Amino acid sequence: MKNKVYASADSALEGVLSDGMLIAAGGFGLCGIPELLIDAIRAAGTKDLTIASNNAGVDGFGLGVLLATRQVKKMISSYVGENAEFMRQYLSGELELEFNPQGTLAERMRAGGAGIPGFYTRTGVGTVIAEGKEHKDFDGQTYILERGIVADLSIVKAWKADPSGNLVFRKTARNFNAPAATCGRVCVAEVEEIVPLGSLDPDKIHVPGIYVHRLITGPHEKRIEQRTTRKREAV
Amino acid sequence: MTEAVKGWDRNQMAARAAQELQDGWYVNLGIGIPTLVSNYIPEGIEVTLQSENGMLGMGPFPYEGEEDPDLINAGKQTITELPQTAYFDSAQSFAMIRGGKIAMAILGAMEVAENGDLANWMIPGKLVKGMGGAMDLVAGVGRVVVVMDHTSKHGESKVLRACTLPLTGKGVVNRIISNLGVLDVVPGGLKIVELATGVTEADLRAATEATIVG
Repeated sequence: MKNKVYASADSALEGVLSDGMLIAAGGFGLCGIPELLIDAIRAAGTKDLTIASNNAGVDGFGLGVLLATRQVKKMISSYVGENAEFMRQYLSGELELEFNPQGTLAERMRAGGAGIPGFYTRTGVGTVIAEGKEHKDFDGQTYILERGIVADLSIVKAWKADPSGNLVFRKTARNFNAPAATCGRVCVAEVEEIVPLGSLDPDKIHVPGIYVHRLITGPHEKRIEQRTTRKREAV
Repeated sequence: MTEAVKGWDRNQMAARAAQELQDGWYVNLGIGIPTLVSNYIPEGIEVTLQSENGMLGMGPFPYEGEEDPDLINAGKQTITELPQTAYFDSAQSFAMIRGGKIAMAILGAMEVAENGDLANWMIPGKLVKGMGGAMDLVAGVGRVVVVMDHTSKHGESKVLRACTLPLTGKGVVNRIISNLGVLDVVPGGLKIVELATGVTEADLRAATEATIVG
């Protein structure tokens, strides 16, 4: 079996980065983001990137670090409100932005990974999202054509992996990581723990290793974006 | 309208919206007042809350010290799971939304029109954050209820003949719950279903630009 485990994020990205490339990134807000690989892309200095990711991180963390270094040319996202540097670059025309409805973005990744070049959806019909797209009626309902995304590189974060690349996620950190993992010509995954072959239940694999080409592990900060709690009732 | 007419406050609107829930439904609640709806779910009604970042069976906020960075809702807030909770990825999450499996979404609105058009994601010239999952939700769920202030702070109606802001969805709203009352989208315009406490029909009509029928 091919060894997919690399010693570091830098070595796992060797030979797969190029200026102007399209990267699909997992994560929702700061939950389940590939923070180690993002830092390594910053260190590599790859530029003019187009990044398909639901969000754009915050200032100084997540994809925000690649915005700060001006390595991103264009974002394909559904919601980008938490990042002041993003807004500054966008409003000054330095950064391109393509808004995709969240479900459309997820399905574009899923479809791309599944060999489906396009799909029809009701989402966005009658809105600016539909402008310039093919419209087609099915059973009396109007749909628009959306394209699958095939990325040059996918970067995702999972909880555990085995050396064959089988991935297991934890709670809502799965989010865009699963569809993003499938749509890259190369997928690099970072995980909190690489466990021995045979120790993951084959019935509980979330992303089969066929989609994952390279693996790394390392300490994750896992920053919380909105800490909300309730008080314990007095005993 | 006169400034004295306030009608329901945020919590009263949320409590009224909670009356829309039916036992056994899967429901998606938007950010803001819709989130408060979960505090008012009527006795004897069990609903499962979907969070579009990949969860069914959303529980309350965690106790202090028990926050889990891997467990958040679509508003990025830390939450908890319940015994019936299921997790899934974003493609699966929107497959169930687009596929019509979610009975109802309760969402905020900037403007609603008498034909059910909804605008709640962008104001041209102002900071645009994005539509998130709102366009998918209004296009896919069984029923869309919006909870909103009936007028702007300058007293201008937000319940209009036609939306002026870019749309989130066309002809998607079924029911409006505002601080002044409840209106349904019906052929030809809006129908008054209920008046908020202390609000007269004349108050509601005066604050509504949209055509009121019946």
